[in-house]
Amino acid sequence: MEKKKVIEELKQKFAEKIKEVSAQFGDEILLIERDSLLDIVQFLKDKPYSYSMLLDLTCVDYKGQEPRFEMVYHLYSIPNVQRLRIKVSLSEKDLRIDSLASLWKNANWLEREVFDMFGVDFKGHPDLRRIFMYDGFEGYPLRKDYPLRKRQPRIPLRK
Amino acid sequence: MIGNFVTTRFNYILGWARKYSLFHYPYITACCGMEYMSTAASHFDWDRFGTGWTRFSPRQSDMLVVCGTISHKSAPVLRTVYDQMTEPKWVMAFGTCAVSGGIYDNYAVVQGCDRIIPVDVYIPGCPPRPETVLDGLIKLQEKIQKQEQEWRWKKRK
Repeated sequence: MEKKKVIEELKQKFAEKIKEVSAQFGDEILLIERDSLLDIVQFLKDKPYSYSMLLDLTCVDYKGQEPRFEMVYHLYSIPNVQRLRIKVSLSEKDLRIDSLASLWKNANWLEREVFDMFGVDFKGHPDLRRIFMYDGFEGYPLRKDYPLRKRQPRIPLRK
Repeated sequence: MIGNFVTTRFNYILGWARKYSLFHYPYITACCGMEYMSTAASHFDWDRFGTGWTRFSPRQSDMLVVCGTISHKSAPVLRTVYDQMTEPKWVMAFGTCAVSGGIYDNYAVVQGCDRIIPVDVYIPGCPPRPETVLDGLIKLQEKIQKQEQEWRWKKRK
């Protein structure tokens, strides 16, 4: 019931910014415009809806489609015991999105991971460095066009 | 003649001494570490085979137990640890990841630690059971006993 109310209010408040509403596995999915991400997320984080917990933040590569990339945010409301999924489509030519690091501390490292694995540029991120791969690693390993057997060793291998 | 006899006997005794006093350095990066612990602890107790002393300094150890997945990021560390060990030294590849990379055939993982350092004994299993580890240890001891030993005042041909 509460969930319906959130969707209704979002639709009124950010009418043209919400492209699509669907549901899967019992959770609502919002597909929104890129430039309204910070506003919508801030609205959801504040009371009364209190989606104050960022469960996960990741990226999906739909190679061959346009737009190619899709950011996925999982939010959780502790008082209402509800989850919400927010998706933003990103095209390969303009792979930039606002950072959520100012709202959630854990977004900092999650965004660094997405930057390292997919090459998404987060605007307003305080410290956008790689987090998993080593210096000198070329390419983005979780993109679908990264060669499956490509290795980039740091020291010469035997044999 | 008598010199040769003394040399071969000394070689044998040295091999016997070395195979029963393998100080080991555990290089543990993954879940195989649990199997290593159960093999080393009292239930299976590989101290029975003379492998009792775990040295956490590579300079004091004879056997490097490579236990778990080796990523390309940590490969220079493993190479450094191996280079720091003093001769004679042996390497045990413990578990499928250390043997061949295992299920991780991807951008991040070295396909077997023998791509970085020479390996003496391979122990398969994901993770290997302690019995398998003990079997591999006995195989390594046989290898040490049979091999040509090195010592400081040995005459070179």
